[in-house]
Amino acid sequence: MIAEIGHFALVLALCVALVQAVVPLIGAKRGWSNWMAVAGPASTLQFLFIAVAFGALTNAYVTSDFSLVNVASNSHTEKPMLYKVAGVWGNHEGSLLLWITILALFGFAVTLFGRNLPPGLKSRALAVQAMIAVGFLAFILLTSNPFARLEPPPMDGNGLNPMLQDPGLAFHPPFLYLGYVGFSMAFSFAIAALLEGRVDAAWARWVRPWTLAAWIFLTCGIMLGSWWAYYTLGWGGWWYWDPVENASFMPWLAGTALLHSAVVVEKRDSLKSWTILLAIVAFGFSLLGTFLVRSGVLTSVHAFATDPARGIFILLLLVLAVGGSLTLYAIRAPAMKMGGLFSPISREGSLLLNNVLMSTGAATVLLGTLYPLIADALNLGKVSVGPPFFNAVFLPLMAPMVAVMAVGPMMAWKRGDLAGILGRLKLAAALALGTGALVWFLQGGSAGPWWTGAGFALAVWLGLGTLADLADRIRLFEAPAEALGRALRLPRSAWGMALAHLGVAVFIIGLTASAAWTTEHIQSQKIDQTVDVAGYGVTLKSVHDVPGPNYTASQATFEISRNGTLLAVMQPEKRIYRMPPRPTTTAAIRSGITGDLYVVIGDADPKGGYVTRLYFNPCIAWLWAGGGLLVLGGLVSLLDRRHRVGAPARPRVQPVSAKA
Amino acid sequence: MRRALTFLPVAIFGVLALLFIKGLTLNPKEIPSVLINHPVPDMTLAPLPGRGESSGLSAANLKGRVSLVNIYGSWCIACVQEHPYLMEIKKSGAVPIHGIDWRDDPALGAAWLKKHGDPYERVGVDPPPGRAAVDFGVTGAPESFIVDKQGIIRYKHIGPITTEVWAKILLPIVRELEK
Repeated sequence: MIAEIGHFALVLALCVALVQAVVPLIGAKRGWSNWMAVAGPASTLQFLFIAVAFGALTNAYVTSDFSLVNVASNSHTEKPMLYKVAGVWGNHEGSLLLWITILALFGFAVTLFGRNLPPGLKSRALAVQAMIAVGFLAFILLTSNPFARLEPPPMDGNGLNPMLQDPGLAFHPPFLYLGYVGFSMAFSFAIAALLEGRVDAAWARWVRPWTLAAWIFLTCGIMLGSWWAYYTLGWGGWWYWDPVENASFMPWLAGTALLHSAVVVEKRDSLKSWTILLAIVAFGFSLLGTFLVRSGVLTSVHAFATDPARGIFILLLLVLAVGGSLTLYAIRAPAMKMGGLFSPISREGSLLLNNVLMSTGAATVLLGTLYPLIADALNLGKVSVGPPFFNAVFLPLMAPMVAVMAVGPMMAWKRGDLAGILGRLKLAAALALGTGALVWFLQGGSAGPWWTGAGFALAVWLGLGTLADLADRIRLFEAPAEALGRALRLPRSAWGMALAHLGVAVFIIGLTASAAWTTEHIQSQKIDQTVDVAGYGVTLKSVHDVPGPNYTASQATFEISRNGTLLAVMQPEKRIYRMPPRPTTTAAIRSGITGDLYVVIGDADPKGGYVTRLYFNPCIAWLWAGGGLLVLGGLVSLLDRRHRVGAPARPRVQPVSAKA
Repeated sequence: MRRALTFLPVAIFGVLALLFIKGLTLNPKEIPSVLINHPVPDMTLAPLPGRGESSGLSAANLKGRVSLVNIYGSWCIACVQEHPYLMEIKKSGAVPIHGIDWRDDPALGAAWLKKHGDPYERVGVDPPPGRAAVDFGVTGAPESFIVDKQGIIRYKHIGPITTEVWAKILLPIVRELEK
């Protein structure tokens, strides 16, 4: 009964969304305020109905109602509660429902926080948001009903893929979707602006916090996914350039570009047409990702329930949404007024360069991801495109961008003084080159890859450049006594930018070190045999069976020592889940600043040993720390008063005394 | 000029959309096997230890009945996942299943069957480097081939067999060939 209520609520939500997609749009065109006012209550109602549906499906999972096909094929009574709940979005139908729930949540948020939005812009944006909802609600109701019943209901369910039974992965999809769907806000506002024919600083002030929030969630989601891949897949890597990873990375790149170009629209009333295009492209990439993952046009290590029939439906949505909006863009964008002019050497110029490199990066990722499909469609044969392509093409594009990142924030608007800035960064440049040379020397010159020195030099350059900019802004060296006060008064968005850019520097160190110096030992190891891994003695002490809640594990015990002193005991597991019967590996990881010791136990071999895989992955923690700083920077920036949605302009703070 | 430029994104998207429409008709997982519709290669594989002298697999054994030839190995993790479904197919009696223990120590291959159950009528051992199976068109394990009554390879399935694969793809082909 509850499931039927959920199903019915989805149908009602579709009806409400249809009204919301049409009525406010006509109202905005004709200037009828009562028609425009429909958008608010409609978005609230739509959210309520969809929340009821989501609640109904969650209830079915929590109570293990196997009379639903969806629950029976993806859940199991033995599964821990966390994974019963996470199971709601661990499948095609449920994840779509989560997608729609988040979409409706964002629409509701506009109504809730958008009281002082211009009514025309608000009603148009909510109407566009409702059009997307209509598409996806029709998709779920017509092809992917999560509430379909099963007769007779089985005694127990098929269970969730054990690889997915992991806390990191339980929260990975919601974060990703909050990111993907969050970009729909920028998209809806961009279409509304095209319809109105006006883009101004107020528009950018509205779009930036939503884009920033979506970007934070997406960054979190991607990092969680990488972290999960790192510790569960058991091969020590964290990024594979798999189509599904790329599907999340392309919107991230476009969204990052959008964040930066929206600053120019807000501050300088320039780059407007480009910013609108980026808003469309960022959400377009999110939809494209949905299509690639669920249609089965590409092979991926992430097997989602793929189905060409569903593929046609998503393709139709993609063509309507992206094709339609790009056509609108082609017609309306030339009419948009050009903004303020600027010299290439300026803050705007450096932000534009960032945009060009980010977009080119996204385009190369798109090309690499789709190339197997292109080759197959043109009968050029079956090919796969792997990490070598992406590393060779994508990373060289990012290197100049990082180099400019240190300089850009110090530039003045309109016309910057490059020579003056480089003069101030002399010390940073010298230290960066010195670090690069030192790293090169320590790795034994050409004994390691040639690019390690360059990677470290770039990271130090960016890190010190960012710190130098902060020091300048608070006049740390000119007036140290007042520096703390200045630091406290510095806008939060400036702190946010500094933290995020520092995060990139930290990330580059992790990326460079882990890519260059990972050591790997795969062998058959006997009990009490010691293998030397990067200076650690790794001794296999025992292997025995340990029962888990819905699996049995064979757990190995390793003793880790350095120069004869025992440092730690590590216990990796190989688990066989009962339902469905699948083996998984659980690596044991000992994390440190210099690197992670990563231990995996394999099968017993006939000669009385065990296959063990032992890795030392240098500076992996720096990757997570860098990602954390990116997210933290985004959050701090989001808390900036000027970003607070609906906040009135800040009154100028009157100086308390003449001296201050 | 600026006008033309603003049409560029939608033009690029149009090309991509055409590509996707074409892409929906293709199956990227299907790696073409040159041996489909060819007779089973001439091979004689030794039996697994402990399964009886005459339980090995040769080309002649694959004639007369439609059969499913399944490639496995004790080293193969996905085979553990597939195995319960093979046991179910055996129970259903829909088609005889023959195994090829590929690139494996025969003793380990036999022990593996003792542990997980034995769905096979005949099992041939193809020790490293596993040439016979490669002649069969094997690219990895698990893989399964449907061989018709004349001993001609008719279908190749890459990856584990699941209930869905069996019911939707393999069983209909077996039924068709049995006519």
